[in-house]
Amino acid sequence: MSGFLQAIGDILSSESTYINGALFAAFLAFAATGEWVAERAGTLNISVEGMLLSGAFTSAVGYDITESVAIALVLGMVGGLIVAVVQAEMSHRLTADQFVVGLTLNILVFGLAGFLDNELEPSTKLAERWAIPLLSDLPLVGRALFDQRWPFYTLYPLIVFTWWLVFRTRWGLELRSVGENPQSADVSGIDVNKRRRQSIYYAGATSGLGGAFLVFGQVGLFEDSIVGGRGFIAIAAVIFGGWTLRGTIAGCVIFAGALSFRLSIQGLGYEVNSELLQSLPFLVTLIGMAIFAHRVRAPTALAQPFVRGLK
Amino acid sequence: MTAGSLNQRSRVGEWLLFYTLSVIGALVLSAILVEATGGDWRPVVSALLDGSLRRPGRWGETLGTAAPMLLVAIGTIISSKAGLINIGQEGQLFVGAAFATYFGFLIGGPGPINVVFILIFGAIGGALWAGVAALLKYWRGVPEVLSTLLLVSVGGQVVAYGLSKTWILLAPLADRGNRNQVSTQLAKNNRLPRPEIFGNEVPFAVLIGVILAVIVSLALSRTVWGFKLRMLGRNPRAAQRSGVAQTRYGAGALMLSGGFAGLAGAAMLAGGGFAFGNYQLVPGFATNIGWTGLLVALVAREKALVAIPVAFVFAGLRTGSSFVGATGVEGRITDVIQGLLVLALLIPPAVMFIRDRKRAEALATDRV
Repeated sequence: MSGFLQAIGDILSSESTYINGALFAAFLAFAATGEWVAERAGTLNISVEGMLLSGAFTSAVGYDITESVAIALVLGMVGGLIVAVVQAEMSHRLTADQFVVGLTLNILVFGLAGFLDNELEPSTKLAERWAIPLLSDLPLVGRALFDQRWPFYTLYPLIVFTWWLVFRTRWGLELRSVGENPQSADVSGIDVNKRRRQSIYYAGATSGLGGAFLVFGQVGLFEDSIVGGRGFIAIAAVIFGGWTLRGTIAGCVIFAGALSFRLSIQGLGYEVNSELLQSLPFLVTLIGMAIFAHRVRAPTALAQPFVRGLK
Repeated sequence: MTAGSLNQRSRVGEWLLFYTLSVIGALVLSAILVEATGGDWRPVVSALLDGSLRRPGRWGETLGTAAPMLLVAIGTIISSKAGLINIGQEGQLFVGAAFATYFGFLIGGPGPINVVFILIFGAIGGALWAGVAALLKYWRGVPEVLSTLLLVSVGGQVVAYGLSKTWILLAPLADRGNRNQVSTQLAKNNRLPRPEIFGNEVPFAVLIGVILAVIVSLALSRTVWGFKLRMLGRNPRAAQRSGVAQTRYGAGALMLSGGFAGLAGAAMLAGGGFAFGNYQLVPGFATNIGWTGLLVALVAREKALVAIPVAFVFAGLRTGSSFVGATGVEGRITDVIQGLLVLALLIPPAVMFIRDRKRAEALATDRV
């Protein structure tokens, strides 16, 4: 038992735990922020996984052509947006089932990315590291939060902007009303499905950016297994966070902690069964949801399609 | 009366037209993709047909691949009838296969009887794994879309753990040579028969799949249980009010769908053949059969009988893909074709739905 506590202590005092944790959390947060917006509008698009992968791939190809990380990030957003457009048009214009569309898109993007990756083989590299003076000297978390590759820093304004968009603009108010009571929103002149489509576009753009961040801020190259099911952890973070932005980010941090714990415990030389350790992030996500999913209130119309005249 | 039947006929025509157009659209898109990356689409089609049907022994292989896909799809249809979205078949299949392996050796009864036990324990394993998701849903309110999916990774790792310990699944050293993480091979008399028809080995699992598809199709459309399940899927609140316990029927449907996935895993294990290894469990045993089976169910649109031909087509894409590599085009093009096909097939019913509503609206305005 004392060995176990010692291990926990070592992990908590090791700087690399926080650096890895921040990287994982940032990646999840890019996707979860957009997904949170989409869910507040009443859509549960599980194509986040596909959006992340698509964004990662288009940004890698973009860098291969232009050799500019900034343009690659923008192209990553476009890549996520393409998936979002298909998802939004099919589920909120054509009224196909949103889960079915999302699932199919995930599988299609996975196939496409694998196929095109083998054909094109884009070459990429990590973006430059920017250390923010003073802040990066903070103990333990300083380097994790303020000495990262620069795409990392796009996350901070993104979160603030998202909060402002949803809570301080008319568009955001309409968006939330569409998620809570689409019938009333419709009667008061809001185009319900249009708002929902827009919310999915937003999720596509942020997830695409997240995919690009993964390539240029964390991994440095593209492969088709790069996302590896973490898009679903991002969705779980939104639910875990009770559909608040604060909670969503907290969920990202906790789930990322589990991912980082897994790396650290091996990095510090502790012998733990690797199979069980690999499933740890998913287990933590499941347990987290089992504890919190019950206590929070979802947007009332979450995952319910809106067709005028049908309730 | 005449107007009605005329209307009916034109509707069928519309359906056919829409579906043909979407399938052609998906195929043309795939062809464009092949051409755009410097390939030629004609040899790819030819290779797909060679690999799935024309070469000796290949259609038997395709049938053998279709069988577990069909089983997974049937299960998925049951749960989606009840309005539940189970997307963890890949994990349920793997856990089912692990259960089948473990209890198959634990019991070790005489040949044919043990095969039945293996299949049953496979189903139980899959059902239990889906049962975890059912428990989380009805007890803790965790959406099954996420829990079933997260359990895929957990299941994979748990079985891999089992495969690293001799007292669980790992074969004793004498049986596995230098290989790590394999289970003992099933004894000859513990395997499903593979009778030879016209030079093709046709696994017995195909028959099981088709029979179960018919049974499930009848059960869903003709029994009280099926009716209650459909009611639950269409309108949970109305179902609850009229005495269909959401928890019982919902959890039952979810576990049943997991059971079918587990059965598919056991059938792959005991059915063997070129596609599914050597009658033994290894990590990565499920090889995407769960995912593809799920796609089959999506395309079949909740009709178990339609799933039979769809499973065959998707199995053909899979068995054909191993021949595509020789044409110089990346074999994963079949994944793309599959995805595009499924996406394209979602469009016609949605378009029809909107058209119907527009027509009804127009009619209603006329009356006013």
